[in-house]
Amino acid sequence: MQQKDALLMSSEEETATTVEQLKGSEILLNGLIAEGVDTIFGYPGGAIMPIYDALYDYQDQLKHILVRHEQGATHAAQGYARTSGKVGVVFATSGPGATNLITGLADAQIDSTPMVCITGQVFAHLLGTDAFQETDVINITTPVTKWNYQVTDASEIAEVLAKAFHIAKTGRPGPVLIDITKNAQLQLAAYKGYQKCDHIRSYRPTPIIRNNYIEQAAALINDAKRPFVLFGQGVLLGNAEQEFKAFVEKTGIPAAWTILGAGAIPTDHPLNVGMLGMHGNYGPNVLTNECDVLIAIGMRFDDRVTGRLDKYAKQAKVIHLDIDPAEIDKNVKAHVPVWGDCKETLPLLTVLVKENKHEEWLAKFNNYSKEEFAQCIDAEINPQSGELTMGEVINQLNQLTNGDAVIVTDVGQHQMVACRYAKFNHTRSNITSGGLGTMGFALPAAIGAKFGAPNKTVVAVIGDGGFQMTLQELGTIMQSGIDVKIMILNNQFLGMVRQWQELFHDRRYSFVDITSPDFVALAKSYYIDGKKISERTELKDALKTMLDHKGSYLLEVMVTKENNVFPMVPQGCSVSEIRLK
Amino acid sequence: MESKLEKKEFNITVYTENQVGLLSRIAIIFSRRKLNIESLNTSPSEVESIHRFNIVINETEEVVRKVARQLEKQVEVLKVYYNTNEDVIWQELALYKVPTEIIAEHVSVERLLREYGARAVVIRKDYTVFETTGHREETDALVVVLQQYGLIEFVRSARVAIIKASDGFHTKLKQFENREPGEPAAENEYLNNGDKVFTM
Ligand SMILES: Cc1ncc(C[n+]2csc(CCOP(=O)(O)OP(=O)(O)O)c2C)c(N)n1
Ligand SMILES: [Mg+2]
Repeated sequence: MQQKDALLMSSEEETATTVEQLKGSEILLNGLIAEGVDTIFGYPGGAIMPIYDALYDYQDQLKHILVRHEQGATHAAQGYARTSGKVGVVFATSGPGATNLITGLADAQIDSTPMVCITGQVFAHLLGTDAFQETDVINITTPVTKWNYQVTDASEIAEVLAKAFHIAKTGRPGPVLIDITKNAQLQLAAYKGYQKCDHIRSYRPTPIIRNNYIEQAAALINDAKRPFVLFGQGVLLGNAEQEFKAFVEKTGIPAAWTILGAGAIPTDHPLNVGMLGMHGNYGPNVLTNECDVLIAIGMRFDDRVTGRLDKYAKQAKVIHLDIDPAEIDKNVKAHVPVWGDCKETLPLLTVLVKENKHEEWLAKFNNYSKEEFAQCIDAEINPQSGELTMGEVINQLNQLTNGDAVIVTDVGQHQMVACRYAKFNHTRSNITSGGLGTMGFALPAAIGAKFGAPNKTVVAVIGDGGFQMTLQELGTIMQSGIDVKIMILNNQFLGMVRQWQELFHDRRYSFVDITSPDFVALAKSYYIDGKKISERTELKDALKTMLDHKGSYLLEVMVTKENNVFPMVPQGCSVSEIRLK
Repeated sequence: MESKLEKKEFNITVYTENQVGLLSRIAIIFSRRKLNIESLNTSPSEVESIHRFNIVINETEEVVRKVARQLEKQVEVLKVYYNTNEDVIWQELALYKVPTEIIAEHVSVERLLREYGARAVVIRKDYTVFETTGHREETDALVVVLQQYGLIEFVRSARVAIIKASDGFHTKLKQFENREPGEPAAENEYLNNGDKVFTM
């Protein structure tokens, strides 16, 4: 019966030989729409012109944001992906357009950000001839993509695009690049509609969960006297915030975050004991070496988190929950590997663990926290005299936003200060370049973050150095009319490098003294309002003006030149050797 | 425990889709970690459309295990195994070109063939090409002998290896093709042997 139907179908199809013929570029745009894409960050050029030509007719369905540099497109797509949870999409031309994507791809790869980049390529018959604007994009991007593919025939486009989206967003997400030769963009091909991909035989994004490990993990947790949870971006990427909260609340285990995990539970949650790592909080670092069971959830034991590995949590039994089996045992040996999506594994674990409170153990964290407050936080966020500090700016900002804003940070001292002191009531609110530490990330990422979360206030916190790496994106803000608040914390230094030179290189300040243009005037030239302040008395009003302003606004805050970020785990030291000053 | 930290030869078998660009994606996993590939062979496998890489590296098991996981993580890689030399049957093929006149004058060709298991592939007036197949020591031994007789050219192939304990890939592939994988596809060498692997 079924077979007969199938036969009928195929003969019907044959007689109706009017399968739609579309250009490769149109197939691509139809595919993007079918994948639910509404925003593209891009920049045109010779080899991608047919796609841009087709885009001209799709403007009501696909919003294209013209950036000022392709690197900006990648970071904007990252910001978009990180706030929206969707896949960020980038268009760029061949050659220099494509090579300008590398930093953003590397950033997305190391921070597991789902992204699909489409690059134009020279005609297939010119490949390998050193044609105008030909670069070997596939080979250049191989180490910084989860997957990449070169399309040379229009008939491949729909299937390859479907694969790209499936790979970018499933399992451990990551960036994918499709390089499409110009002939494939122009060529006509039969288009039978777009079919999403949900299976690739060689690719297993969601592993089978092994109950024996869940049981072993639960047993360890139930017997633990001093258990400690470390959580990372895996919780956000798995949309497992609720499952995570249920787990820590039932077990009463203190939980600390990596900078990409910030916001998975609110900053003020009683079990949120703070930030891990080099500039993290005192208690979480010291007590890593005192806990008896360490439960790592969706984090990868980066060296900025662990410090010296051979002195890291050696006393603890380690339970590692991760979707990527290559992460298990990579840096820290796991006694119990819980391989899987934490959205699924956490609830299974929560069922098996006993309700508990670890009051004495939690009190230890609070004691360290008090000491840290007295010795470094208080002076940083509540200074009564002297120049403004970065910490007080962030603290004041918290009071005005109530922790509801999306904070996008660049890289350096201001980043560490913002991550330490910004308050997050919501998930997907701390957008920062973690693994790659890409200066220049914040401004374009903030643009994308706002497109991804249009109803939120988006504040980009940027250093005077990093702002000058991608400031051309002010043009993108101007032209798109997007509303982002730009806060430059100007210490007149490449501050983080200066801090290291002060502490570890005998104050030999080698090329960290950076001068800046008149940022406010620069913003004005892009028709963006702004103000520069340097007095404590002006701070609150200036922040209020920035937040209340209709549209984008740039606030430059002059801060102490030579402040250091503390606490600090010096490189090569153990987390328990963290210094408060 | 000790043996884990000791460098030795490992045979890595990688089952993959047959796709352009995969070779470099695989190669950079080694080069990024500054690991030297001793030998690399790509060939079809027992299953149509599935490719098989044989890679030999001299490393500790710890490093090899991490590399194997990174390999298996690649989208187009289906499965990765690593084995010591004792766990596999392996062979390398070597060709030797020597001047025919010297060989004919000085060497008892028959004896050579017998002792080294060699075979003459081509005999021409000007040169003769011998072939041997075997382990590295065997193919090397003949080089030493033939050097004395004006060895003109020598080349050895990459290693091919068959895993003694393997059932092949046919049933595994079926599992991979299913949307809901069964155990074979979902298995992970390392996670399955938790006791052995995850002790410190
Ligand atoms: C693209 C790039 N180049 C260089 C660095 C090294 N680096 C890390 S922090 C930093 C200083 C950043 O200075 P600034 O933007 O003023 O921020 P601050 O530390 O002063 O807050 C530098 C140069 C980097 N992270 N990224
Ligand atoms: Mg600075």
